[in-house]
Amino acid sequence: MATTKVEALSLNAITKTFGELTANDAVSFSVHQGEVVALLGENGAGKTTLMNILFGQYTADSGSVAVFGQTLPPGNSREALNAGVGMVHQHFTLADNLTVQENITLGSRPLLSPRLGRSAARAKIIALSERFHLAVSPDARVGSLTVGERQRVEILKALYRDVRVLILDEPTAVLTPQETDDLFATLRLAIADGLSIIFISHKLHEVMAIADRVVVLRHGKVTGGARTQDTDTKALAAMMMGVEAVPPQVAPANPGAALMELQGVSTPDVGNAPGLRDVTLALRAGQIIGLAGVSGNGQAALADVVGGLRAAAAGQVVLNGAPVQSWSPRTAVRSGIARIPEDRHKTGTIGDFDLTENAILERYKTAEFSTAGWLNWRKSRDFAEGIISKYDVRCPGADTPIRLLSGGNMQKLILGRVLEAGPQIILANQPVRGLDIGAVNYVHSQLLAARDRGAAVLLISEDLDEVMALSDVIHVIADGRLSPGFERGSMTPAQLGVWMAGQGFDKEMAHAS
Amino acid sequence: MEIIEILFTASFWAAAIRIASPLIFATLGELICERAGVLNLGIEGIMVAGAFAGWMAVYSGTGLWVGVGVAMLVGMAFGALHSTLTVPFGLSQHVVGLGVTLLATSSTYYAYRLALPEVTSPPKIEAFQPFEIPILSDIPVLGQALFAQTPFTYLAFVLVAVVAVVLYRTPLGLAVRAAGENPNAVAAQGLSVTAIRMGAVIVGSGFMAMGGAFLTMSAFDSFFFGMVNGRGWICIALVVFGSWKPGKALLGAVLFAAFDALQIRVQQTSFGAQIPYQIFLMMPYFLSILALVVMSRRAEVPAALMVPFNKGER
Repeated sequence: MATTKVEALSLNAITKTFGELTANDAVSFSVHQGEVVALLGENGAGKTTLMNILFGQYTADSGSVAVFGQTLPPGNSREALNAGVGMVHQHFTLADNLTVQENITLGSRPLLSPRLGRSAARAKIIALSERFHLAVSPDARVGSLTVGERQRVEILKALYRDVRVLILDEPTAVLTPQETDDLFATLRLAIADGLSIIFISHKLHEVMAIADRVVVLRHGKVTGGARTQDTDTKALAAMMMGVEAVPPQVAPANPGAALMELQGVSTPDVGNAPGLRDVTLALRAGQIIGLAGVSGNGQAALADVVGGLRAAAAGQVVLNGAPVQSWSPRTAVRSGIARIPEDRHKTGTIGDFDLTENAILERYKTAEFSTAGWLNWRKSRDFAEGIISKYDVRCPGADTPIRLLSGGNMQKLILGRVLEAGPQIILANQPVRGLDIGAVNYVHSQLLAARDRGAAVLLISEDLDEVMALSDVIHVIADGRLSPGFERGSMTPAQLGVWMAGQGFDKEMAHAS
Repeated sequence: MEIIEILFTASFWAAAIRIASPLIFATLGELICERAGVLNLGIEGIMVAGAFAGWMAVYSGTGLWVGVGVAMLVGMAFGALHSTLTVPFGLSQHVVGLGVTLLATSSTYYAYRLALPEVTSPPKIEAFQPFEIPILSDIPVLGQALFAQTPFTYLAFVLVAVVAVVLYRTPLGLAVRAAGENPNAVAAQGLSVTAIRMGAVIVGSGFMAMGGAFLTMSAFDSFFFGMVNGRGWICIALVVFGSWKPGKALLGAVLFAAFDALQIRVQQTSFGAQIPYQIFLMMPYFLSILALVVMSRRAEVPAALMVPFNKGER
């Protein structure tokens, strides 16, 4: 990408504190017209805070933001938009009950103007979507769109407002590899038009692919920067963490007997979320099964069936060779199934409970923690403190409400709760979502260690890189259907992407018939 | 058979439209609040306050339409209180709403006692009179039912159209609908969720008060304690029944009112005389619950209804 020397955006000594915590400490950098700058940093490094200041959702304590030489008034998203700064948030900001066009035009006209100007808006949207290859129907309701389509709407929303600087906060986190390629193609078209981009991602190879330059934030400060042509992913990871990141070494698996089997399991759809369609899967001792797929394709149903939250409508669940009769969360826990839930805030922990209470949440009724219906707090507390020291949970103490912990530390407590019970079967649903590289490597090494001592692990993740790095066998789930198992290293990301997009299943059917 | 005959009389449908009118105002008001994401349980009390304020204004010598305006302003004041507590402060919408209902009801009765310390029966005012629209009112049955009502009723129907047009055809309505579905979408487009939600609650509360004022200024010509009698709660159900759409809500209000008008008339038939009248009083509510059960299965609830929005919070 050719960069001209026009300065599109400059951040000058931005400082922002929340109480004791300094989220941004005199952060300065600039972006030229037509340039892509990747903002790298671990969780809690201050990236999102910085972008929210830039987009006027927070007010900085000091420092200023200038767009094409014009200083922006602080804390005003409207002014930021008018000056040409757009943002695609990690969690999409779309209203499901509105059409694509309504979402795009929302706020683009003065609220009290009498008309929506629909035909002109429609023409502009169609022109933009053709020019930038963002295929989406203006009249479709956003609630019925796929994740990839929603992302296109978000980008159209920014382009519709004629933004000149676009912030993309983890835009590829929920996309298939093909969708990511399409996104990058669109972005390159826009860059050629002079759009400047700030790109936030944890996926370093994507950063290398799209960015011209990298700025690294650590503990709220700019600690480094490089041109992507002069660096590589390994060096970037080291810059982010301050030390070299060492991903866990994966020894060859030694699979044993099937501990749990799903045989032709189907579950009904729940609202928009597909259920399972005739899923057959075996979880073997000493093996990590990875489940790849775009979110909302039946992962939740599969996790619920394995975790005991949902019963199979058809087919059966077999544990250690015997079909299970009444399947409930309690029988699942009793049968030695340990669960790392997808959403650690909603279903993994109870925010106002302290660490001790959360640590015994699944097993408070067992003889270990209670006698004759009375809780044994001393043992419970010892157990929690054991987890805190063994798994390095950074916290003020076992009596802290768990909601005060960072995501990584919360996840470590859950991990400890799961692994200390010595489980036979581990259901790890998005175990590293939102964690930084250090914590990711830690969680992964623990899962590998559990595998090596003979546990069966089911890893569900939307991050294909994670699934490919850890899994001994990969299945792809798409619209509730499960692909055949692929051995480690037998598939490229692009090949898996074809399955993730729901193709491949039909071909398989054709072969079978 | 008598029941069938009732359904074809103009007076029955005229009564249904008359009974529906206050419900239409208040249902529209609640619908606007909920579309923006705020449940306004102050509706019952705001209707009481509106009923009193409009009537009192006319009793003190203002014109009828000025009285309607006064009622609306009083409703908007309670709406301002409600929205200040629920939107920027993010307090529980249930608690605040019930609090506003209690406050509005009791302060209305207090104001009544202050204004009229001596009277035993409340004074009457010169209320809105039916106005027959030329030509249209000559249509058989329908004409007398729809076009021989008071101007206040006509306003209710006009307002349904106005609210529908604003909601679906203007940038403001788009912003209101988005605020009730995903306030983050509104904030990300540089609009103020707080202003949109507060505005919606204030205007909506004004409409609720007009619904109350209809009772004292058009349906009757005086103010009684307990005259709102749960109509506010019915309107909350009507919003669900109407799936948060103005046209469907209008239909629901007329349907409920028709049940109500019907039960009064059935009571007076030879068949009705054999049954305790309480059964008939119950019927509109019973049938409404049934209708609600059927309709609300397909209703699309605004996703951010009752979810407070704090800027900058993830």
